[in-house]
Order: sequence, then structure tokens, then C-alpha cells
Amino acid sequence: MLDDLHPALSHADWAAVWLTLRLASVTTVILMFVGTPIAWWLARTRSRLKAVVGAVVALPLVLPPTVLGFYLLVTMGPFGPVGRFTQWLGIGLLPFTFPGLVVASVFYSLPFVVQPIQNAFEAIGERPLEVAATLRAGPWDRFFTVVLPLATPGFITAAILGFAHTVGEFGVVLMIGGNIPEQTRVVSVAIYDHVEALEYAEAHVLAAGMLVFSFVVLLTLYSRNNKVWK
Amino acid sequence: MRLIRLAQTLLLAAGLTLGGAANANGAIRIAAAADLKFAMDEIVAAFRADHPDDQIEVIYGSSGKFHTQIRQGAPFDLYFSADIAFPRGLEERGLSAGPTRPYAIGRLVLWSNTRDASQMTLADLADEDLGRIAIANPRHAPYGMRAEEALRAAGLWDDLQGRLVLGENIAQTAQFVQTGNAAIGIIALALALNPALVAAGGYYLIDDALHQPLEQGFIITKRAAENPLAAAFADYMQGPTAQGIMLRYGFIHPGADQDD
Repeated sequence: MLDDLHPALSHADWAAVWLTLRLASVTTVILMFVGTPIAWWLARTRSRLKAVVGAVVALPLVLPPTVLGFYLLVTMGPFGPVGRFTQWLGIGLLPFTFPGLVVASVFYSLPFVVQPIQNAFEAIGERPLEVAATLRAGPWDRFFTVVLPLATPGFITAAILGFAHTVGEFGVVLMIGGNIPEQTRVVSVAIYDHVEALEYAEAHVLAAGMLVFSFVVLLTLYSRNNKVWK
Repeated sequence: MRLIRLAQTLLLAAGLTLGGAANANGAIRIAAAADLKFAMDEIVAAFRADHPDDQIEVIYGSSGKFHTQIRQGAPFDLYFSADIAFPRGLEERGLSAGPTRPYAIGRLVLWSNTRDASQMTLADLADEDLGRIAIANPRHAPYGMRAEEALRAAGLWDDLQGRLVLGENIAQTAQFVQTGNAAIGIIALALALNPALVAAGGYYLIDDALHQPLEQGFIITKRAAENPLAAAFADYMQGPTAQGIMLRYGFIHPGADQDD
């Protein structure tokens, strides 16, 4: 039915759009849960390990996606440690599967989620927590009633950036995806395929869609008062 | 003082580099289909021995991608495609400096890193327990198009749909199989014969009656029309040394019966 409304997008292209949104959503949800404790620790710790952990989290910002793609392909393959483990668990191998892409995306987009949340936590400072403690709020109580509300803009920024960055993923997916419809053929890969097959009109529709989407996301981000994300 | 000396050294180094480039007789940049990776490396090495002062660069990738890039003005002097239709298309658009020349006919094989593919046939692919099967992307990779034809002819295409993984080009397809992420793959004989892959598994040669021939062709691009090194390499490619290397990598000579 959707195909009738948008004749330029084939069924396969719609599947790629839907898959991309699904991948970005799942990745973002996982990253909010994984990223928050990391961000909290990074914002509060005085440990010398802070620099090390911070650097590891930031690695995907500077590494070419091929590095991540190569190591994921080798470690998640049947001869790699992760691959042996997933086979032992009975879930098979991760490359060329949707869960495999989720794992890759969680690594790939980690800094985009951790850093805004960490900045938000750091901006709160010690004072509100000390005040809450004198009012006999326990640690969990303090986190949920003081920290979370104050850090909400940071969480929103983190979610938007994590989602958008996952949508923009290409190199890693090309290396470990295997181009399977409704499993690993995301929009960026579909565009690449159209261009390779000289289907410029189809490539154009998807590419223009990505352009508009990305612009709107960034516009939303920068239009919000950017006290937190600097 | 130290700075001046450093500057002098740098200038000297720059001068040597530029001088070196100016002394070179010529330069060519070749775009070659991924199935040529090992054969072309050897051919270029042999050609270099005769042309020590020339610069020869080879870039490997998917034939379809190079086709697109050359149409958009990419700086390649020679284009070796795994499907002769691509260079012919460029020739029709006036982007070549002469006729498309056939240089080889490729073959498809079944290859695996984890089992002995030489004891298998296409029909064995139907076994669900085998796992994932890698082929090149049939939408733009010549080896993928032919693999699809062979699987259709064998009546397997529809049954295998859920288990196919698609490589961006034939080299990535081989890499999917080599890392074990795909249990088996349909790759180029030329790749299965290279030392890194030949040690494992063994291969099964797929009947070439099941698909259109993998006729491969090359052109000298329009930008290299006046480049004598490009013409020299084109002739070398059709000479005995290069053809001997191609034969070793499992390529059939396209004009086997009309030798020139």
C-alpha cells in the first residue's frame, strides 16, 4: 500500500528504511541503559582509570569503521572468541544477522550517547546531591529524583545523537552485514547498491531522504537550548 | 641555524621526490576487477621488471563500481572488468580510447574453508545444516550474476534465499568464506587458486553450461589515449607472459581457437 503512495520507493527500499529505523531504535535503547552507568562513573570517579575508560569509549570517534568491522568479523566468526562463545550458547554466529548489527552499532555509537550524558552529570555538580543526602535521600532516590530530572536534556541529546549516528552507519555494516534483505540491508547499503547498479533515480530518493532526515535531526538538536551539549 | 638546516634537508628531500617523478618515463593507473587480484599482481610485477622507471598502480574493486566511477571521470588509464558488458558500455559512450578487448573467461567454483568442497556439488547446497552461503551481489557483481544463473539453472535459487549472504565484490565474498562466517561460497576459480585459499578446503568447479560465460574485457580509457605506457601494458596483457600467468590462475584464453 505504501508502495502506491511512494512509487519511487520499491518494497525492498521500504524494507531497508524500516530495518534502519528498527536497528537505530534497538541500539539507542540498549545504549541508554549501557551508557548511563558508564557516564555516571566517568562523571564521578577520581580513579586513574578514568582517562583509560574515557579514551576507550571515545575510540569509535576516531577509528575508521573498517577497524571495527574487521575485528568484529574476525572475533564474531566461528574461529574467534566471541563466535565460539555465541555458538556454545547455541545462538550461532553474529555476522550477517540483525543482532550482530546491533552489537556493532552499540560499539559504534557508544561515545555519542555516553559523552552528552556524562557532560550533563558533570554539570549538575556535587551540591544538589549533598543537599539531597542531608534530606536523607538514599543513593537510588538521589539518582532518580535529583540527577535524572536535572540531566534530562543530556539524555535527550544522547538519544538523538545515538539514533542518528546509527542511521548513518555504513562501513561496519558493509563489512559484517552481507546485504541480507530485512536483516542487514540498511538504507546506507541500499543506496550503495543502487549506485553500483546504476539505478541513480532510486539511489537519489533514498539519499535525499537521508539528507533531509539528518538535517532535521541536527536542526532539532541545535534549536533546543544547548546548555548541556557544548 | 638548526631550523635552516632542517629546511635545507626538507627541500632536498622534496627535490629528490619531484626529480624522481620527473625522471619516470610514464605512469598508469589500472582499475581491475577483484577476481584479478593475484593474477594481476604477478603480471604487473613482471611488467615492472621491463619498465623499472615507470609508475604502475593497480586498484582492485567491483567491476560495476569502476564502471560508474569512470563514467564520472575517475582517473583510471586502463579498466579490466570481470564482465565485458561494462567496458563495452563505456566504449559506446565514447569513454574508451579503442575497442573493448576480451582478455579472459572466468570460472565459478564452490569453495569452503571448513569442509572439502571438492567432494561436493551444487545440489549439496540444499542441505539446511550447511549454513550460510556467500555469493557476490548479483545486482552489480559479474560473478554474482553468473552465480545466480547457475543456482537458478540448478533449481536451487528459491530454496536458498534465506541463507545467502552477498559480498560487495568477489574478493569480499571469498573473505566471508575464509573467515568462516559463511560455510561455503561461490567464488572465482582465480581466487580459489591463490596460495592463501588453495591450502584449505579444495574446490568444486561449477559446470559453465549452467550460466552465461564470464567473458572479461578491458579498455584503455579515453584519458589514456595518448599514453604510450597504457598501450604497452595493453599489448603486454595479451602477450605470452601475461597469458601464461592468467592460465595458471584458471582463466581461459578468450581467443583460444583464433590465436594471434
